[in-house]
Amino acid sequence: MPTYDLEKLFQERIDQEIKIEPKDWMPDAYRKTNLRQISQHAHSEIVGMLPEGNWISRAPSLKRKAILLAKVQDEAGHGLYLYSAAETLGQSREQMINDLHSGKAKYSSIFNYPTLTWADIGAIGWLVDGAAIMNQVMLTRTSYGPYARAMVRICKEESFHQRQGFETLLVLSKGTPAQRAMCQDAINRWWWPALMMFGPRDSESSNSDLSMKWKIKRKSNDELRQQFVDMIAEQVKLLGMQLPDPALKWNAARNHYDFGDINWEEFWQVVKGNGPCNKERLEARKKAWEEGQWVREAAAAYAAKNKTRNKAA
Amino acid sequence: MQLIRKFFYGDIPDGASGAEQQTSVTKKTDWPLWEVFIRSKQGLDHKHVGSLHAADAQMAIENARDVYTRRMEGVSIWVVESSQIVASNPQEAGELYEPATDKVYRHPTFYDLPDEVKHM
Amino acid sequence: MRNSIIDYTLYLADSALILGQRNGDWCGHGPILEQDIAITNITLDLIGQARSFYQYAASLIGGDSTEDSLAYLRGEREFKNCLLAERPNGDWGQTILRQFLFSSFQRELYTVLTQHTDQTLAAIAEKSLKEVNYHCRWSSEWVVRLGDGTDESHLKMEAALENLWPYTRELFKAADYEIAVGMDPSSLHTPWFNQVEKVLQEATLPISSTEHIFMHTGGKQGLHSEQLGFLLTELQYMQRAYPGSNW
Repeated sequence: MPTYDLEKLFQERIDQEIKIEPKDWMPDAYRKTNLRQISQHAHSEIVGMLPEGNWISRAPSLKRKAILLAKVQDEAGHGLYLYSAAETLGQSREQMINDLHSGKAKYSSIFNYPTLTWADIGAIGWLVDGAAIMNQVMLTRTSYGPYARAMVRICKEESFHQRQGFETLLVLSKGTPAQRAMCQDAINRWWWPALMMFGPRDSESSNSDLSMKWKIKRKSNDELRQQFVDMIAEQVKLLGMQLPDPALKWNAARNHYDFGDINWEEFWQVVKGNGPCNKERLEARKKAWEEGQWVREAAAAYAAKNKTRNKAA
Repeated sequence: MQLIRKFFYGDIPDGASGAEQQTSVTKKTDWPLWEVFIRSKQGLDHKHVGSLHAADAQMAIENARDVYTRRMEGVSIWVVESSQIVASNPQEAGELYEPATDKVYRHPTFYDLPDEVKHM
Repeated sequence: MRNSIIDYTLYLADSALILGQRNGDWCGHGPILEQDIAITNITLDLIGQARSFYQYAASLIGGDSTEDSLAYLRGEREFKNCLLAERPNGDWGQTILRQFLFSSFQRELYTVLTQHTDQTLAAIAEKSLKEVNYHCRWSSEWVVRLGDGTDESHLKMEAALENLWPYTRELFKAADYEIAVGMDPSSLHTPWFNQVEKVLQEATLPISSTEHIFMHTGGKQGLHSEQLGFLLTELQYMQRAYPGSNW
């Protein structure tokens, strides 16, 4: 069948909301885009384990320690679901990891910020997971089957993440002056980076929007960001805290919150590798991988020996 | 076809950052890919839930248990090396699946039963 | 008797907590993603066991004692965990070997504990046994994989065995409170050793080299390694820095 017919059939499936599956014909650009997006999403989950994992040993109570362990473990699991979905597009896990370590593949910049206090753990759960959930719910309807199904599974598990984050901050907000100050300080530091998670403004994109046409992405950056601001601006009131934006104000005419300008200079610096923790995050991942080399080799060697033994037996 | 320039969650364009030294790849550490099928306690059949890497079958089962059954008990886990799976070709879907639509008498709704006949 | 039950419960709780704390350091740093998840699972199980034991001990102590006051506000000399639990992680080989030696012991211990007259301890042991069986399975498979993997992994496992073996005897040397509650562990040594020997043999690791090794003790009596101090500093930091706060 000539390619333009295949493309036509492909677009028809997309338009009819029929999922594209691994063995289906797809335009090369569709394959590449999905592969890049899914693998970067996977990398984000894995790197995201580091800023939170930072506080496992110092969690202030046994209950919080268990909750944090479960949350970080969930993130590992989500990374796994996503790597698994990405591998259906023809790239191996090892290749994806090499791309991450070489700097070729990216991960969500939010994880290049440091977790300085225990309250940061609450802020991450509430703001960062909150932003992620917004995007993830949209992705459960993405056109590529394995990605959509991974997202459905992730969304089911994700709800406890945002709740535990908010609840962590709620307890602080009702605590001692030192705890209340810790809570406000964490919100001050994580708010703008959380807004940056939604990416650059829509106005900075080209007009022909294949990712929307191919239903890889179903809502624009600005749309999602606005949705997020509206939600958080209400929730922060329950904490008795402020968002660090003097321009944040309800606009009755728009039926949305107006908010201030994001520091795009900071955004691009962090993307470029100049965030507070870029180096450390990547070094930690590389170290884990390199130091695990002998383990993976040994397990593979043992499996091979066993196969031979079983054949001989 | 225009290249996609819109940025979306988690995706940063290649040009915007510096690349570093590539870490070396070695083939002898390859752990095969396994597909995982889970049947829940109330379930009737095993459903495909995803894949994972493991060095051997034992590890694959345990990894599947750790990753896919964290929130439930009493499940049955099947793991199969991905290379062992034989799948039908979606292009052949027509000849493999279409004929059934002609045989409408296979469908229970084809039959009109009196209301008195319950549970059928 | 009551004090002995408290001490005994704290010994069980501390051992699970300290080992859980050690394992938790692997989260995000394991040799491959799937194993990160596996060891975190084990960590969660251990923390869960610790919490059950601490909660019981707190109820026996009464007053304003809680699971957290016991875990976060006792000092180095008050912790009763076995020395094996506080050994450093080392490499993956040392970590899984530590787990194997410890979990094999827990299996024997908890099996006997399910028959104890103290209903709470028996119940905790019964619930924990399922998890512990999995820990034994998982860790023993790793011991074999790494012992009988490559030359490099074999050498690392020999080193791990040399590092950890001196801390195994303590598990079977009764502290006063163990005798007082009728849980003398010395009878557990034979079944434990038989199981361990079987796995080490399959892993091609030389158990004979362990015969004349000097054994360290003291953990059960609060005489720990220097490392425990650092571990507790991290573990207890928040509660010490912000006393009297809710989290």
